[in-house]
This record gives sequence, C-alpha cells and structure tokens, in this order.
Amino acid sequence: MAKVTIDGFETEVPDGTTILNAARQIGGDIVPPAMCYYSTLKGSGGKCRTCLVKVTKGSEKDPRPMPKLVASCQTTVMDGMEVANITSEEVTKARAGVVEFLLLNHPLDCPICDQAGECSLQDLAFEHGAAGTRYEFDRRTFEKIDIGPYIKLHMTRCILCYRCVFVANQLTDQRVHGIIGRGDHAEISTYIEKAIENDFSGNVIDVCPVGALTDRTFRFKSRVWFLNPMDAHRDCPTCSGKAVVWMYGKEIYRVTARKDQNGEVHDFICNTCRFHTKSPDQWTIEGARQIDRHSVISQGHYSENAQTVR
Amino acid sequence: MGRKLLLEHAHVPGINTYEVYRKHGGYRSVEKALKSMTPDEVVEEVKKSGLRGRGGAGFPTGMKWSFLAKPEGVPRYLVCNADESEPGTFKDRYLMEKIPHLLIEGMITSSYALGANTSYIYIRGEYSWIVFILEKAIKEAYAAGWLGKNIMGSGFDFDLYVNPGAGAYICGEETALIESLEGKRGNPRIKPPFPAVKGLWQCPTVVNNVETIAAVVPIVNDGGEEYAKIGIGKSTGTKLISASGNINKPGVYEIELGVSVEDFIYSDEWCGGIKNGKRIKACVPGGSSVPILPHFLITKTAAGENRLMTYESLADGGFATGSMLGSGGFIVYDEDQCIVRNTFNFSRFYHHESCGQCSPCREGTGWMEKVLWRMENGQGKMSDIDLLADIAKKIEGNTICPLGDAAAWPVSAAIRHFREEFEWHVNEPKACMERNYGLVKEPVAAGV
Repeated sequence: MAKVTIDGFETEVPDGTTILNAARQIGGDIVPPAMCYYSTLKGSGGKCRTCLVKVTKGSEKDPRPMPKLVASCQTTVMDGMEVANITSEEVTKARAGVVEFLLLNHPLDCPICDQAGECSLQDLAFEHGAAGTRYEFDRRTFEKIDIGPYIKLHMTRCILCYRCVFVANQLTDQRVHGIIGRGDHAEISTYIEKAIENDFSGNVIDVCPVGALTDRTFRFKSRVWFLNPMDAHRDCPTCSGKAVVWMYGKEIYRVTARKDQNGEVHDFICNTCRFHTKSPDQWTIEGARQIDRHSVISQGHYSENAQTVR
Repeated sequence: MGRKLLLEHAHVPGINTYEVYRKHGGYRSVEKALKSMTPDEVVEEVKKSGLRGRGGAGFPTGMKWSFLAKPEGVPRYLVCNADESEPGTFKDRYLMEKIPHLLIEGMITSSYALGANTSYIYIRGEYSWIVFILEKAIKEAYAAGWLGKNIMGSGFDFDLYVNPGAGAYICGEETALIESLEGKRGNPRIKPPFPAVKGLWQCPTVVNNVETIAAVVPIVNDGGEEYAKIGIGKSTGTKLISASGNINKPGVYEIELGVSVEDFIYSDEWCGGIKNGKRIKACVPGGSSVPILPHFLITKTAAGENRLMTYESLADGGFATGSMLGSGGFIVYDEDQCIVRNTFNFSRFYHHESCGQCSPCREGTGWMEKVLWRMENGQGKMSDIDLLADIAKKIEGNTICPLGDAAAWPVSAAIRHFREEFEWHVNEPKACMERNYGLVKEPVAAGV
C-alpha cells in the first residue's frame, strides 16, 4: 500500500495504482480530467495531456519533486508522494493550454452534434477552457464516412484519443480499424472505408469522448437531454445485456452501455442490443438511470413516479 | 591539426571494402575485446572514456549501458539509431557511406559488451543507397568470420541486420524507433518503462547513435583513459560536426571537443570563414532543434568567455544566452538571411513530422507554422510574437517525447534573440518581402 496526498487530501492505495485512479478514489474537484485514458482499455492514456499534474514530492524515500508535469493516468504512486492538481497554477495553466490545443481543430458545431450534452470535450472546455480562441486559420476538415450501416465517422471532430482503436483491438478479433497519416492530418480509418463488421463494433461510439463516432440509427433523431435514460436489461446470448435505454414516452430512441461516474463503460454491449433491440417489450426496465445533477441530461429527468404519469 | 579517430582513414581509396579496411587496422577492437576482455571490462573502458551519446542528448554512454537490465533467459538487444533526420545533421550518413565497416566493427564490440546476440541498424528510409553499402559490408564481415556463430572461437554468436525505416523523423526517438522496428506505427512509447528494461519485443534494449557506436572502436583499441585525454572536462573525445550554411567549406569535420567556436568557423582547417566576406548573423550549433544564437553570443558567452565546441560551453548561460551541442548540425547564417523565414522553415518541418499522438505537439506545431507563415508573408500582427512564445511555452515539457521540445525551442529562442526582426516584419510588411533585416542590435547590458 502507498500513501499519497493529492491537493492536501490523503488516501491509501495499492502499489502500482496511478495518480489518476488514486484521485478518483478521493473524488471531487481534484480528479484530473481524462480525455484519452479509459480504465477498461489496456494501453490507453498518456496522449491527450489534460490529466497533467505536478508531483511536488516524489516519495518518502526520494522527496525530490519531478522536474516536469506528468500524465497522472500513466504515473504510478509512490509511498509518501505529494501531488498538486488544481492547487498548482502551473498545472491549471498547462491544462488550459491543452484545452486550447484540443479545440484548435475541433469544429465547435455543438448545436448540430449528437454528442452535445454528453461530450467530454464540452465539459472539459466549459471547466478549463477560455471563452474565445486565438486561432485564426482554417480548421482541418474531413469528409464524413459511413463505417458500416450503424456507425458514422466524422473525423473533423476527432481529438485522436485512440480509444476506439483500442476497442477495435481488444474487444474484437480482426483488426480493421486504425490510424493512418501523421500529425494533425492523422485520421481514424478502417482502411479503404471497409466496414467494421463484428458484434461489438458499436462500442466505439460509447468510448468516443467527442462526436466523431456517432450512432447512425440515432443521428439527428433527438437531443440527448430530451430523452429519459433508463437502466434496462435483457437476456442476451452475446453480451451481458445490461444497458441504458434512452426513451421518449414509450419509444426507445437509442441504446447505450452503462457508464460509471467517470464516464467509463465496464460492460460492453453487443450490436444486437444496441442497434436492433429498440422495442420496449424486449427490455426489462429497471428504473431511471442516476445522472449527475450537473449534467444537462438530468434537466428533463424526473423521478420514477413522474415517468409513469407521462 | 586535431586528432582524428573516426575519420582517420576516410580518404583512403577503397576503405569501404573489407580488405582495405582490415589493412588499416580494422576489426582490431573485436579481436582485442573477444580475446582478452570480458564484456564488463569493455563497459568499464567505455565508462572511463567519458563518451557521451552523440545523437543529441549527450547522455554518458557507459552509464546508459550499465542501466541495461540483465534478467536470466531473456535476450538483450543493441539497436543502432541511424535514423538521422535532423535538419542540418548529416554526419552519420558520411560515416556510413565512407567507412561502413567502422560501424559494423563498433556494433560487434558493443554487442559483445552488452551481451546482445542479435542487433539491428535502424537506418533512415531516405538513405536507401546506404542500406546496400551496409549490407554489402555485412556480407563481407560474415565471409571473413566477424559475424555469425562462434566468432574467432570465442563462443560469442552475433547476427547483425539492417532495417530501413519508412521516412519519419519521429522514428529517431528511441521508443518510436523500437515500435517501428517491431513493425508497428512509429509512435513514441510512454516512459517508464525505459528501453533498458523493456525495449525491443519487451526485452532490455540499448539504442545508440551511429557515431557513439563507432567511437567505441577507438576506445577499445586505445583504452578509455587515452580517449578521455582528448577534450575538456566532461566533453571527451572527438565529435563529428556537420557544418552547413553560409560558410566557405561546408562538410563533415571531426574535431576534438574543446576547439573554440571562433576557430571552427574562421579557421581554414574547418569552415573557412563566412562566404563572400559577409558578417555572421546567427548560428544553430547543434541541429535544427537547439536554440539559435545571435552573432554576439556565438564566439563569446554572455559572461565574455570564449565559447568552445563542448557540451558545457555551448550550453553556458542556459537557454537564455546559450544553446546545445546536440547532434552537431552546425548551421551558419550570414547577414543576408532572414530569421523569421528560417524559423518558419523549421516549424514547417516539425509540423510535418509530428506523429500526432499527443495533443500539444500535434496541434501546436501546426499553429506555430501558420502564424509564422503569416508573419513571413507580411500579414503578421504585433500580438503574434507573444502568441508564438506562448504556444511554444505550452508545448515545451508537456509532450510524451522530446519532439515537442524540439519544435518549441527554435521558436522561443528566435523570438528571444531576434524579437526586433520579428517586429520589423510586422511593421514593414512590404519591406520584409523584398529585403532582409540584417544584424540585430547587441543588448547594451551584457548578460541579457
């Protein structure tokens, strides 16, 4: 076990835990934001640089501070380590810089983006970003691509977190999905636009922090905050069958996997549940999904009793 | 006349063939190491020599070698980094083209020291003709019994392969190089673990520059102490410098570390002075990624001492008034050159070569390039100068690999030393398209 202090809060975590996960254990404001790290995907993280923190004391044995800011999702804790996140001006400045970089080429088309309301980048920019941009050039753009009948790739919105690549690598057998190109013209691609055809391909939509990968069966059907997310399950031969169904009245508009408080999916669901099971009688509805009250999704989200009245 | 250790026989006709190379004392170090030294003794000699990595970072090679993890039953690898793509650096190309056997000899000796039975030379894809030169030399070495099973009856088996890259600057970063060598996309890995613990195929790996490995040959031949006698302080031995720009004699020179910068630029032995009798305006002493120096800081440090061609002296004054020896890409600019244009050119390179893995470098390099383009073409704004400095500051230190730093340093250094030239570009948009600014003013107070 290692004792670690983050912004003055002390916690004890097993050896080998990352700073980010230790901070998540404490919870609250001091949790660094993460755009690319995904605890259920091996090898993810380290890329977006939004989770940078300052290690002010290396460990009990070696109290020297680390010279540079470190990615908290990749750095493991040492006993006696002291970390400054929101209490360090250096960190908040660097993070604001990263947010600005992430938004440089992002189209800011939130009003027409399906991800709006549940977008990590939106939250990140709201909390850490500046009101205006200093970027005065054309943004990079790509053609929209249909990846198979269910998934739409809008590369212009992508922040290259690589999460979907890890999903394609780790949940499915045949890798048909990767990154081509380099630098800011790198793009997610299925090579020659070949469709991803396997039972779990739809999970790339859930892990995408922005609106780059969206559900073609749901695109432009509704805004997420008009829908009522309900926990539901069904007997599924391929996956756990535990999902969230997004309802408007008696109609199911879309199905997603369940995300925890960090926005991460632990039980990935199959394409049958996600795209083909949209009739309420196919699901056992457990009740309203708990949504963080700060989220815009919770605004139309009444108690269970109110649901039945409608 | 300085001593030459690496390029001593470079001008001998046919030195690229095995017979001529052997006649001039080639493969002596392999004989000596395999017959009379244990691997640890070779490492000890390299430590004594004070040899520092010649690829740019200048990390002591002996120390790097001693960090190599040696778990039982796990192979170890030595990888030669011949992915030389830094603008302004072309020393490895010269070395491999002229004396390929020197690198092979160094690889055998170094691999023996590290206990590696298989090693790779990862060569830049654009050096396609050198691949054939090296492969021919390797074939000759196999035929002569220097490579293969049980070399010289010592029981040491060693195989050497040449692996060309596909033309990416980022693959010169050691973990990206390893990824590329494994056949993957050349993205730098997140460290730790360092390659010395988990490198190529998750096995302990040492990655060294071509020149570093070549320098092991004279160290083993003459002993580490003899090598350490050359040079000053912690900068020992000789260094290949790729001199280019507005000088009379551009080319690759082997110098003893400790030669003064003034001598190096103006002496006929090396650069031979500035072309067409012009004045020097600026100098990048270590390849495109190190900070640029203005004319008043090249031959003298801010403290007024003579600047020498050593790791320490070139870095004197930190980044405020100093630079780095880096990989030895010595680029000289005369008074007619435009620093804004040069900075734009470097920025364009880093934008093109950024791997796109982490956000600050991916987005920031492109932004800097666009702002600099605007400035160079007479559309700049006064606020752009501070904007550039701010972007550079936000990239620096916040990226996975040093490419972000390499992209940020030239921009921030150019603004630090040549701000008045940038301002002139903003104030005189027409004039900046037609002529160049000339020398910048020397600050009145020394040490600024």
